[in-house]
Amino acid sequence: MQAYIDQLIQDGAFAGMPKEVAYAIAMVLVALVVLSVFVAPLAGVTSWLERRVWARMQSRVGPNRVGPQGVLQWLADGIKNLLKEDLIPAAADAKLFALAPYVVFVGFLCTFVVIPFGAGLIVADLNIGILYILAVTSLVVVGILMAGWASNNKWSLLGGMRSAAQIVSYEIPAGLSVLTIVFLAGTMSMQGIINAQGWAPWDWFLFHNPFTFAAFFLYFTAALAEGNRTPFDIPEAESELVAGYVTEYSGMRFLFFFFAEWGNLYVIGAVATTLFLGGWQVPPLAIFENSPVLLAVAQFLTFFLKAYLWVFVAMWVRATLPRVRVDQLMALCWKYMVPLSFVCLIGSIAFMFMADDLRRVFGAITLGFAIATMINFFRRVMFQIREAKPELYLKPHI
Amino acid sequence: MNELAETQGGFYTEDMTISVGPQHPSTHGVLRFVVKTDGEVISEAIPDVGYLHRSIEKIGEKVTYHGYVPYTDRADYLAAMFANQAFCLAAEKLAGTEVTRRGEFCRVIACELNRIASHLISVGTFGQDIGAMTPFVHALRERETINNLMEEICGARLTYNYIRIGGVGYDILPETCARILEFLDHFEPIVAEFNRLLSGNKIFIERLAGVAVVSKEDAFSYNLVGPNLRGSGIKWDIRRDIPYSVYPELEFEVPIGTAHVGSLGDSFDRYWVRIREMQESCKILRQCLKMMPKGPAISKVPRKFRPPAGECYARVEAPRGDMGFYVVSDGSEYPYRVRIRTGSYTAMSIIDKLSKGIMVADLIALIGSLDVDAPEIDR
Repeated sequence: MQAYIDQLIQDGAFAGMPKEVAYAIAMVLVALVVLSVFVAPLAGVTSWLERRVWARMQSRVGPNRVGPQGVLQWLADGIKNLLKEDLIPAAADAKLFALAPYVVFVGFLCTFVVIPFGAGLIVADLNIGILYILAVTSLVVVGILMAGWASNNKWSLLGGMRSAAQIVSYEIPAGLSVLTIVFLAGTMSMQGIINAQGWAPWDWFLFHNPFTFAAFFLYFTAALAEGNRTPFDIPEAESELVAGYVTEYSGMRFLFFFFAEWGNLYVIGAVATTLFLGGWQVPPLAIFENSPVLLAVAQFLTFFLKAYLWVFVAMWVRATLPRVRVDQLMALCWKYMVPLSFVCLIGSIAFMFMADDLRRVFGAITLGFAIATMINFFRRVMFQIREAKPELYLKPHI
Repeated sequence: MNELAETQGGFYTEDMTISVGPQHPSTHGVLRFVVKTDGEVISEAIPDVGYLHRSIEKIGEKVTYHGYVPYTDRADYLAAMFANQAFCLAAEKLAGTEVTRRGEFCRVIACELNRIASHLISVGTFGQDIGAMTPFVHALRERETINNLMEEICGARLTYNYIRIGGVGYDILPETCARILEFLDHFEPIVAEFNRLLSGNKIFIERLAGVAVVSKEDAFSYNLVGPNLRGSGIKWDIRRDIPYSVYPELEFEVPIGTAHVGSLGDSFDRYWVRIREMQESCKILRQCLKMMPKGPAISKVPRKFRPPAGECYARVEAPRGDMGFYVVSDGSEYPYRVRIRTGSYTAMSIIDKLSKGIMVADLIALIGSLDVDAPEIDR
């Protein structure tokens, strides 16, 4: 995208304008397009899908009234929230209170700059791509802390404080797991990391060696905690803190927090896909050779589906697990995840000095282990489904 | 402020007072706690009861004995059958009324179904308090089946008015018996599934094991009853120890706290006692359905029910423990005095003691594990 704009400037599309102004205009336009065409529907549909998936897991029906199967529910919710009164409590710090949702939103939205949807579908392939993501997602904690403080509500304050402790702590295991991959790929650029992998599972960093395999799960867990998802949703813990830092929010400001939360799910999946699952890499088929559009579509779909798989896993986890307590959360991070991610980092570095053949053997063993785990997992899922007699409950009764 | 800061090592802090409830998602109705916390750690949680007081005891002095039965439903709307039964037992004791044998079995069947329903709510909402949403919905799904059965038995889904003085309002039909058996066949595996989903969950156990431990002595001195008492390892069940109705003829175990994940009397033990009580109730139901004799469901009771002057106390084992009705008669059509004793009220009193030094999240787990129920506290 950046290269494309450079090209446009050279061709004189922004003639008579300083280069910086041209960049600014392009940035705003790109942001608008990304926001309205991709991010907003994505977060909205994710919210709908989560409610449907969740409902089905709980033998309920879920939203099914607006549009076919309720797929437009998010639009109705959005309009409803736009029409609601934007209430600012009298005792609140009005300016910070109003600003906080935007800070959270910006922190989440900025990550889309470096998410590679395809070989050419990236807003800017920064050479510090993954570091940039870690940096801007930290902005979210500032917003949440602002919301918690400015609401002048004790529940909000507790939620904000919990969130600050949680997000700051979990950035360390997440960062260390990311670092494992950065060492392997030798670059921080998102496209560079993807290019260092292949389309086939055995070329992915996930199965590169046992340590990256472990690092993936460490990253995913830490990312769930950073995204305030169950089992780490203690900042908003509705059974304890009423609604945590969003207690006093209403209308669109309230929605912005959840917009960021649902959109963030996709970001978690996208980063995991980029780092560990080969990103948009597709097999070099003959049909892609002379049609770049088909190739781009295939790449986009590959990336999207891989990333969305993890969104689904996050929904599944949310429907299954209870919530941990705040001290257990901290203990989990500092006593287990941080040391483990150090072990992963060092172990993975040790693998880099291993002979290629030996490394392949370990990679194959990791892949075999992963497949065996997968098969066992699905066997257990099937067992649970059989035991639950789904024919009793899974009939859609609409 | 600066002087205070100096006395506290240069850093002045003060406790935060939070009002948990009466409108709070996990206070199960309208309870209120005034909680003093130091950050997340609670230094004091004072229960504040009385938000759901409906003068049910006073109403008892103004209506006839027969007319009071529907009011008792409202004492604990999650387990209405037990209040029905306790009041009817008291009235029958006063007047010396015989209950037909079939009526007794109908009572036990209805009560045990109601116990399962009440415990389902308890363990389900408990899971929700801990943050697990799915078990709650699954529990309510099963309870819905019980509500359907209850509707078949007595025409109501929540406030039954089923048990009358001298027996029960309506006989349980053979079709309904078959459907209850069908439900039991379906429900017993569901308990196992529930255990796989929630009770065996590592996070769930970590959250509850060793949290808010009630020692045997405390359980006695604070007068805990029912599953809360048994969770502390005391084998005391009114059905077994002060038998009433046909319970002496039935075989069932009294589950007590096992401390298999934490220490005896912790939150998990109280939860686990409820899960196992549901299984015991299933056993009782199966026996009752087998043993139920033919005959009338209610004995002849005069419409103008005038027990001789006197007083009596009848107690039953409700899901929230020992539920007692103290009824004084002056020989007229109206009770002279009715007093209800419920388990949740005493359970509330121990929260103050247990909450010292635990975290805010643990307070929610504690309230859930004691299964306090707002209507039963205030009556």
